[in-house]
Amino acid sequence: MSPLAITDYTLTSAIGTGRAAALANLREGRSGLRRRRFETAALDTWIGEVPGVDEVRVPAPLAEFDCRNNRLAWLGLQADGFAASVAAARARHGARRIALVLGTSTSGILSSEQAYRRRDPDSGALPPDFHYAGTLNTGSLTAFVGAALGLDGPSFVISTACSSSAKAYAAAARLIELGLADAAVVGGVDSLCLHTLYGFDALELLSPEICRPWDAGRRGLSLGEAAAFALLERDAARPRAWLLGAGESSDGYHMSAPHPEGAGAADAIRAALAAARLAPGDIDYVNLHGTGTASNDLAEDTAMHDVFGAHVACSSTKGATGHTLGAAGAVEAAISLLALEHGVMPGGANRIAPDPALGARYLDASVEAPLRRVASNSFGFGGSNACLVFGAAA
Amino acid sequence: MIRDVPGTLAVDIVGIGLLGPGLPDWGSARAALADPATWTPAPLVVPAPARLPATERRRAGLIIKCAIAVADQACTGAGIDPGGLATVFSSSSGDPANCHALCEALAGPDPFVSPTRFTNSVHNATAGYWHIATASRAPSTSLCAFDASFGAGLLEAASQCVAGARPVLLVAVDTPYPEPLNSVRPLPDSFATALLLAPAGADAPLARLSLALEPGAPTPCMHAGLEALRAAIPAARALPLLQAIARRAAAAVVIDFQSSLALRVAVAP
Repeated sequence: MSPLAITDYTLTSAIGTGRAAALANLREGRSGLRRRRFETAALDTWIGEVPGVDEVRVPAPLAEFDCRNNRLAWLGLQADGFAASVAAARARHGARRIALVLGTSTSGILSSEQAYRRRDPDSGALPPDFHYAGTLNTGSLTAFVGAALGLDGPSFVISTACSSSAKAYAAAARLIELGLADAAVVGGVDSLCLHTLYGFDALELLSPEICRPWDAGRRGLSLGEAAAFALLERDAARPRAWLLGAGESSDGYHMSAPHPEGAGAADAIRAALAAARLAPGDIDYVNLHGTGTASNDLAEDTAMHDVFGAHVACSSTKGATGHTLGAAGAVEAAISLLALEHGVMPGGANRIAPDPALGARYLDASVEAPLRRVASNSFGFGGSNACLVFGAAA
Repeated sequence: MIRDVPGTLAVDIVGIGLLGPGLPDWGSARAALADPATWTPAPLVVPAPARLPATERRRAGLIIKCAIAVADQACTGAGIDPGGLATVFSSSSGDPANCHALCEALAGPDPFVSPTRFTNSVHNATAGYWHIATASRAPSTSLCAFDASFGAGLLEAASQCVAGARPVLLVAVDTPYPEPLNSVRPLPDSFATALLLAPAGADAPLARLSLALEPGAPTPCMHAGLEALRAAIPAARALPLLQAIARRAAAAVVIDFQSSLALRVAVAP
């Protein structure tokens, strides 16, 4: 693919609202995960909650979209002046020429969980204030963000579990490349809910302690929530960075377990390198999917070794943010862009004992170094894999 | 052959699958779509998903069975091995019965989620089952745009087909919610269709399409029964396009997408 300019980006997660907070926390190796309860969930676990989401109010004309996921989206759009950057792009390109492709896995499902607790005792009906299209429906996210940003180009939600928002970059890049848009807002938003807390617990993938990616004693993932966005443009005078390539693949193996040799993951990484016309040795740092489950880290390590050998520096930042599921691809894309802009490879938080079975060159502490090209891995349930390659501005 | 113009996507349709009320499969429904006076509404009959391995077959709900039925039809009709085929799955709701069961289980005094139900709750569960059944490691995208999910899926599938210069299987499927969600999102029945897209220039395609984004009102079905399906089921937004292909005549079909931007599809036999 032709390199695509990234003219602005932002992220809001448990390690802060906006780029500066995230960068400072990543540099210092601070985690946003806390041992605490969420809503009514009776589970002893660590979560990466974004403070203040409950207090956010969406604009009154968009009240039908009011739910935790869209409140988090609204919070994220205001950070770093991102909404203002999109408004300026809209003035340049026109609302119909800006595509909107976002990822989420659970959208506003928390609203339906709460509505099911308030069903009419006689009829079983949901409460009258429950708004299906604005909250539970997966398409609610782009409908809300499109209305909030005044965009009217091609728009849809990609929902492929934990690869969703990485794949949003790939889909948007195609729309621009094919002349169906001149710019695109991409990103992902996923928020905490009971479905994922109880669901990952049922699969014995939810860690009772803080998640420890790449640790010998890792016991699973910690859930987080986040909103992250980027603005892609065909032409830009001063890009912050470049999207150089995107690769996608499927495992075709199992619904909830990765291919044991990471074959699909390696396919996606190789496809991203091929799209960027780069060799493995051209990549300076890889932000891993690194969930901290036994099977993900092992399969991903194998894929990394197959593609890169043991030389490329890498780490998972999920020990800091938690696993933000459908938003993870966009969060880690934003972290990759921070790494390129500021010349820092973030260390992976929380690791106590390296797993001797894992051979990747995993960074425990942040390393300052000028970076030219960075890759980000995202893998999801259903065997959905994506990898993005970013390049420095100059 | 339709020429390549910037901002338009030229693709050929080389296989079609269909499953809807009174529309048991593409081969037998084609005549009724071309002349809807001969269409008789009848309850949907879902074939067993023979392609799925035993474990996945046990765990597959209605939406997965519908999707696999139409995907199989499209691949078989085109004589294409699905093993290396990229896919796009478009649905407004994912698995509605599964969603209801999870919400109900979580609302009780002792919340519990079954591992299989949680795994099936991801929007890309249908795609995951298909790629397991076909052992395909090709890329797959699952997407949603509420009522415009079919138009979004067609755009994404055509984009992948043109950008990647390779066939892409589009599957659009929706099934109704049980109560109480059915009352707030009523769908009269299930509907599924699959379009196997190939780069323009295929031998003897079922139709050649040219897609562009333009303002415009969606094309209705000129038959009250089919129009009721089109209006009520997001996946059935495909009906006017399927009718145009069934008639084997040149046509222009507008499929709703954004509030002021539709997907205009020029159809040539």
